[in-house]
Parts: sequence; C-alpha cells; structure tokens
Amino acid sequence: MSIFLDRDTKVIVQGITGRMAQFHTKEMLDYGTNVVGGVVPGKGGESIFGVPVFNTVKEAVEATGANASLVFVPPPFAADSIMEAADGGIRYCVCITDGIPAQDMIQVKRYMMRYPKEKRMVLTGPNCAGTISPGKALLGIMPGHIYLQGNVGIVGRSGTLGYEAAQQLKDLGLGVSTSVGIGGDPINGSSFRDILEEFEKDPETHVICMIGEIGGPQEAEAAEYIQNHMTKPVIAYIAGLTAPKGRTMGHAGAIISAFGESASEKVEILTAAGVTVAENPSVIGETIARVLKKKAA
Amino acid sequence: MDIHEYQAKEILKSFGVTVPDGALAYSPEQAAYRARELGGNKWIVKAQVHAGGRGKAGGVKLCSSDHEIQDATADMFGRKLVTHQTGPEGKGIYRVYVETAVAFDREIYLGFVLDRTSQRVMIVASSEGGMEIEEISESRPESIVRSTVEPAVGLRDFQAREIAFQLGIPADLTQQMVRTLQGCYRAFRELDATMVEINPLVITADNRILALDAKMTFDSNALFRHPQISELRDKSQEDPRESRAADRGLAYIGLSGNIGCIVNGAGLAMATMDTIKLAGGEPANFLDIGGGATPERVAKAFRLVMSDDNVQAILVNIFAGINRCDWVAEGVVQALRANPVDVPVIVRLAGNNVEEGLKILAQSGLPIIRATSLMEAAERSVTAWKNDVAQNTKLRAQK
Repeated sequence: MSIFLDRDTKVIVQGITGRMAQFHTKEMLDYGTNVVGGVVPGKGGESIFGVPVFNTVKEAVEATGANASLVFVPPPFAADSIMEAADGGIRYCVCITDGIPAQDMIQVKRYMMRYPKEKRMVLTGPNCAGTISPGKALLGIMPGHIYLQGNVGIVGRSGTLGYEAAQQLKDLGLGVSTSVGIGGDPINGSSFRDILEEFEKDPETHVICMIGEIGGPQEAEAAEYIQNHMTKPVIAYIAGLTAPKGRTMGHAGAIISAFGESASEKVEILTAAGVTVAENPSVIGETIARVLKKKAA
Repeated sequence: MDIHEYQAKEILKSFGVTVPDGALAYSPEQAAYRARELGGNKWIVKAQVHAGGRGKAGGVKLCSSDHEIQDATADMFGRKLVTHQTGPEGKGIYRVYVETAVAFDREIYLGFVLDRTSQRVMIVASSEGGMEIEEISESRPESIVRSTVEPAVGLRDFQAREIAFQLGIPADLTQQMVRTLQGCYRAFRELDATMVEINPLVITADNRILALDAKMTFDSNALFRHPQISELRDKSQEDPRESRAADRGLAYIGLSGNIGCIVNGAGLAMATMDTIKLAGGEPANFLDIGGGATPERVAKAFRLVMSDDNVQAILVNIFAGINRCDWVAEGVVQALRANPVDVPVIVRLAGNNVEEGLKILAQSGLPIIRATSLMEAAERSVTAWKNDVAQNTKLRAQK
C-alpha cells in the first residue's frame, strides 16, 4: 500500500506537449509510472514517447481507463483543466502549475463539491512538486532517485525542502511510503490534515514527516487533528523563523498575515499537540530515525 | 500588488461605493488649486503611500485655507513617511490626495479578505471603525461580524442586510449599506483583489454612507487578465532591489542582515535563512532562483545579492534534483569568473552528482568554501563572515 498512487494507477498528463511536460513525462515513464495518455485540445491523434494524445479528458478516460492526472497547463487555463479532470472521471489529480489566481482556485474547490464524496476527485497542489510512491510510481517533477521505498510518509508545501528530507532519509537508509506535495498557494486542493488522514489509514506508513512554513491556518489545523485522531508519530519542520511579517516569501501562500501564522507560533502549536519538531532542516532525517527507533523499542 | 488610496476610491466609486469628493496633486500649488476647485472650507490632505497608519505618522492633515494646504503639502513632498507598516526606511511621498472634509457621526470597519480556513471570500465588519482591525479584535472582539461568500452565487442581498443590521446601521440606510457591500464584493471578485478594506466607513451628519479611506490589494497571479490594474503599479513605493528582481523573474526580499543567500525553492530558501540565524548570523535576503538553477540565473542572483552593500558573505544552497550538481557548480564558477565578488562565497550542493560538483568547485582555483550539510554551510558562512569583517577592520587600522 501507499497513498493515492501505486503501480496500477493509470496516469494522463494534461498539457503533455509543453516543453516542461514532455521532459517530465519522459522522467515519469523511465521511473515506471503507467502513463497512458495525454490531453491537449486540438492535438488529439498525435503521440508523445508512444503515449497517445487526446482532445479532452473524457476521451482519454474512455479510451485508456485513466484514473489519475497531472496538470502542466499554464496559469490562465489551469483551473479550467482541473475542473475538466474532475468532470471527466479522474479520481486523483496533481497540479504542478505555479501562478494560478486565488479566485480561480476558489471556483475549482467549489466546483469539485458538486460531486458526491465517493465520486469526488482528490486534488493536491497547485504549485507543488507532485506525489511519489517510491518504487511504484511518480506523478510530478521530483527526482525519483532520491527516494528509497519505505515507511515514512512525507507531506510538505515546498518542493526542494521535501527533497532535502528524502535525501537525508536515503542517506540513513530510510525509505518513503508516499511523498505528497500540497503546494505553496493560499487556496490549495488538499490540506496537511487531508493528507495526514490518508497516512493514518495506510498500513505501510509508520511515521509521518510534515514540512510546513509560515502563512495560513493549515499547520494549526493539522496539530489539532494529530492530537485528537492520530496514532502514528508525526515529525515536523516549519520554515520561515526569520521571515518578516506581511511579506510574501516566494510562495503565494507564505505570508504572515494573522496570529498563529508565524513559524514560531506554528512550532509552539505543533509541539503542544505532541509533534516532534526538528529544530533545523539538517536534522529532519535523524529526528525521524530517532522517533522510528523509539517506536520500535 | 498594492495601489494608492485614491486609486482604490476611484475603482470602488465605479462599483457604486460612495466616496468623498477629492483630487490628486503632485505639488503644493496643485494641491491648493485643486482644493479650491473642490470647493468648501475644510479639506483633508492625505499623503499617498502604500502603507497604513498614515494619520499617526503625520501623513494626514486637516486644513482650512489655501495657505494651510500649501504648507501641509510642502512639508510632505519629498519626505519619507515612516509608519508602523513601512519599516524604519519609510515610503516616499510623491503625490497627495485632497478631499473635502466631511462631518460624521459613526465609524464602521469593513474588510473583504481571502479566508484561508473556509477557502472563500470573507467579509469582516465591526461597528468600532477608525482603529485597526487588530486593535478591534483585541479590545472589542464581540463587535466583529463575519460572513463568507458562497462562490457559485456570490454575495446575496440577505447576507448584506444581515451585516447591516448586526452593525446597527439605521433602517433607512440599509439599502445604501447593501449597495456598498455589493459594490465592494463585485470589485473584489471582478478585479481579482485579495483585500478590500474601508476603514472607516462613516455615517455622515447628513445621513449618508461614505468610504473615508480605502485600501485594495490585488492578486499578482491574476494581473494577466487586468492590464488596467497592472498600470496602477507605483515603483516609487517598492524597494528598488525587489522591483529589479521581480522584473527579472526572481523572488527577492531584502532583509537587514549581512549574509546573502542564493537558493533554489522558496521553502529551502526560508530554511536557509533560518539556519544562518541558528548558526549565529543574520540573513541579508530571501532569494528563490527557481527549481532550474541555470548558470544565467545563478549569475543574475550574484549580481542582485551583491547590489546590497550590507552583504559581507554569500551562501549558495542548491538542491540539484532534476539537474546535476556538476552542472550547477559550473554555473557558479562561470558566474564568479564573470562577476568576481570581494566577499567570501560558501557553496553547498546536494542531490545528483554531489562529488563531481564539489570537485569542480575545488579545481576552479576560486576561493570557494564548500559544505555538505545546510547546517555546516550556515556555520561556515558565519565564521567566514566574522573572519572577513575582522580582517577588514585590521586592514583599515593598518592604513
């Protein structure tokens, strides 16, 4: 088991003909991901690396039985593509696109609610590095080789900071069940809490590493869930202790605008909820190793 | 993206929100002349800067003659206004807004924000206007009214009426209040704002609802569909280094420390700053050069970071995931050969081909300090910076 993604997941890539999408489609195929199609309006009938391209998501799903999608569509049109995936029968969608207007994402989230829960698509991102279940499948832009297969679940906002954690784990011989990027935008598809719920249910995941940052209420919301509902240990790192208030730190959502949104307040809230917080990013790996050892003892 | 008060008022007025009569001026003479055009015998002169807290900082003056307007304005122009929101460097005053003064009975706070908990637009209002919302939530939290907008149907009139009644707006003004709320929401929605704030919204002595102040912030990610909003950008209100970086597609924020940072990825960039602080130093900037870390971007980043005179050491932290460290290392070497810097440079590489990357740095003959972990890189940066400062002080003493 793993969450969202395994060997059998059938993946389509929306916007597959773009330069970046082509590059990463190749990477995903090389990793062993079951990429069954691409979607680009007007380019139906073409093929890329042997993968057939369709005009619409519906056509792609009908022809291939795809159940997951990766969105590489440029910001002005990305929200529309996510809604197309939700309507076309896709169950899990990762949106890589950075720069989608916040109000478009409000519309996307509202649109997804029109489907009953059992038919509702799960969205992670936008503005994320994607999801990987090491040894099984890669749905995103992360470098597959830095992840070993194992029992640590990773969920984070930042791409490269997530790589940092995976690499440290690999150096210690520890592997990952699934790593999920929820992205740096203020309005995102899934929250930390949503992903923690999935990890809590996943038998292959024994411990979770949560990588947060300044801005927004989602780390505090996760702390409450961890305290009241989780049996598995959670290790956290929060970036942005030195970030000034009221400034957007690269990610559109990384801005301290209310009480509880600074890194030190989040660390305090998480610590109070029983989460082990790594003091600096260089010790994320060893902190997880320590908690795993304690758990095994 | 922020805009000025007078621009926000013009926009809101076009959406049916009532604002006082006002006129923009670029000189004291113009301010006096335009006040006479407006008529009346009392005017408010307001410095136009992208920051709140102008009143307390001396950026808002009540005047009752041409001379007073000239004097008040002459005092403002060319000055930096320092408010609690600007930081100690302040914001330059290059335009003022002259408004007819209005007598009022009540002040209301009205704000529209992107609420990240409900992931919807939220209206926040309070009968205790005039002070900032942070103060209101401290001293009169029970006065705050909140309402979220269902995105599929927009703000409904009944919601607007509920807010009006909860704020204790007189019954004969309910319709005007509904129009004000609807106007703000439509402006927010149609122009992709991330914040609309009217503080105060007043009930005038002659029983009208009027926006005495207005602030709007826009979603930079949505400017592609609002060229008319892009035109309102005022670079005089931005940090020049940040403007230059933004124009080159780099996310840069200047800080007050002296260890410059060049990092790929926003999260890793923040983590790098934090680690410098933990190691006993202070970061000079936030800089995310993007996932790719191409040699051109690395070179641009060095020029940008070095444009800050406070920088006394530079820490480069790149996680080469898709790229390879040897390629990133070549980029760093190229950048440093093309633009030699006179401060210590510490490079930490991680990911693909680290060994080759470090070898390239070592063989370049450049005085690059190498590190493997982020903590080590931060510690070496702080040490190098301290040594460098000590050495320079000694050199100066010898001279």
